[in-house]
Amino acid sequence: MRGSRSKALHDRALVNCQYSMATFSTGERKRRPHGDRKSSEMTLHLKQTFEAAILTQLYPRSQIDIYVQILQADGGNYCACVNAATLATIDAGIPMRDYVCASSAGFIEDTPLADLNYVEEAAGGPQVALALLPKSDQIALLEMNSRLHEDHLEQVIEAASKACKDVYAVLDQVVRDHVHEVTTLLGE
Amino acid sequence: MAAIEIRLPVARKPVVQSLAQGSDKHLVAPGDTITTDTGYMRGHGTYMGDEKLVASVAGAVERVNKLICVKALKTRYNGEVGDIVVGRVTEVQQKRWKVETNARLDSVLLLSSMNLPGGELRRRSAEDELAMRDYLHEGDLISAEVQAVFSDGAVSLHTRSLKYGKLGQGVLVQVSPSLVKRQKTHFHDLPCGASVILGNNGFIWIYPTPEQKDEEAGGFVTNLKPVSLHDREVISRLRNCILALVAQKLMLYDTSIVYCYEASLPHQIKDLLKPEVMQEIVLETRQRLLELEG
Repeated sequence: MRGSRSKALHDRALVNCQYSMATFSTGERKRRPHGDRKSSEMTLHLKQTFEAAILTQLYPRSQIDIYVQILQADGGNYCACVNAATLATIDAGIPMRDYVCASSAGFIEDTPLADLNYVEEAAGGPQVALALLPKSDQIALLEMNSRLHEDHLEQVIEAASKACKDVYAVLDQVVRDHVHEVTTLLGE
Repeated sequence: MAAIEIRLPVARKPVVQSLAQGSDKHLVAPGDTITTDTGYMRGHGTYMGDEKLVASVAGAVERVNKLICVKALKTRYNGEVGDIVVGRVTEVQQKRWKVETNARLDSVLLLSSMNLPGGELRRRSAEDELAMRDYLHEGDLISAEVQAVFSDGAVSLHTRSLKYGKLGQGVLVQVSPSLVKRQKTHFHDLPCGASVILGNNGFIWIYPTPEQKDEEAGGFVTNLKPVSLHDREVISRLRNCILALVAQKLMLYDTSIVYCYEASLPHQIKDLLKPEVMQEIVLETRQRLLELEG
């Protein structure tokens, strides 16, 4: 661990995340890439999500750094970060319980919508962000803003779950193809 | 002035599957069930999740009698006793140096495991402790052997032989530890005119072959004599060959590096970094290695 030795946990690894947005990622040039309230909240969410998924018991007194930078903020920032960080963690060989797939969902005109884009998010309706471990259907993080009637909650979560499973199918295919390619090339 | 070549980024094409020997390996991704048979012991890369053995990394399943483990494609270096490593000193502490070796925890080089100049054998005194910084300070590169592994996985190094010690002029290439083949010796003098140390931790050191082996120095005096242009070119070419082998995922050992060097001779050194040239020379290397085996 570099620096922050006092934060070392004696029995498991510390997951250190940083969420930053490039200055050119939003419509108007962003002054502070990281350190503002929104970024800190996203950082905390990412940390909680990955602490649930990574098997941290295997690495006492160590630190795992996950740094994500948004290049284009066009809806579903947190979800894209989670999916990208999942692939990065698998590539680094860090043991995880399962993939973590995330998707957002909303509720506009009595219809649940999955994977909202920037325009749909900016409309101000209720939005739910769901991070799921697809094999066991365990929810790593569920976040909602604005107001949603409880009768509609189940449909919205259902839509988000289905989108997460679709994302899982794509990520899994990519990982398997890569593992197959590398194993074939290595030969032994 | 020659024109500078600029390329736009394009999606990487997957490697031609003509080499596929029909992989009989069981490939898994995190969350995949390996087996529901409870008779197996779980090894690295797996965890127990309600009555079944689940993989936690992406890689190939290895089964040794009753032990199942999953070997990940790319990991940090896991130390084993007897390995040769190349590391960089990061800290000078009271009676030890902390060395970075691409492992999860920093490796430790104790003062008592280090050779003194002249090869003397005596108890380390307080003066030795104060003079530690003169031997090795932060940023120095050393070659060492793994003496022991602590319970948390940290590695303890020693430089108890005259062939280990501080490294002088040369080029360091950092690759993944899984690409370095385990062999009897990791110090090679290549016929092309340079020498190479293949560290098990993935750090590869390429340096000009010393004319005479000075036994008295024991790795303390760094040779700062200017290196000739011919030697520098050989070293640069070797470095680019190693990067090509890594990009095409071929195991690194002395024979593969020498064959790759010979295959690269028709090209200019700077052209070796282009993807199509890399693919070509590594394909040629692969064919020569297959002929060697068969």
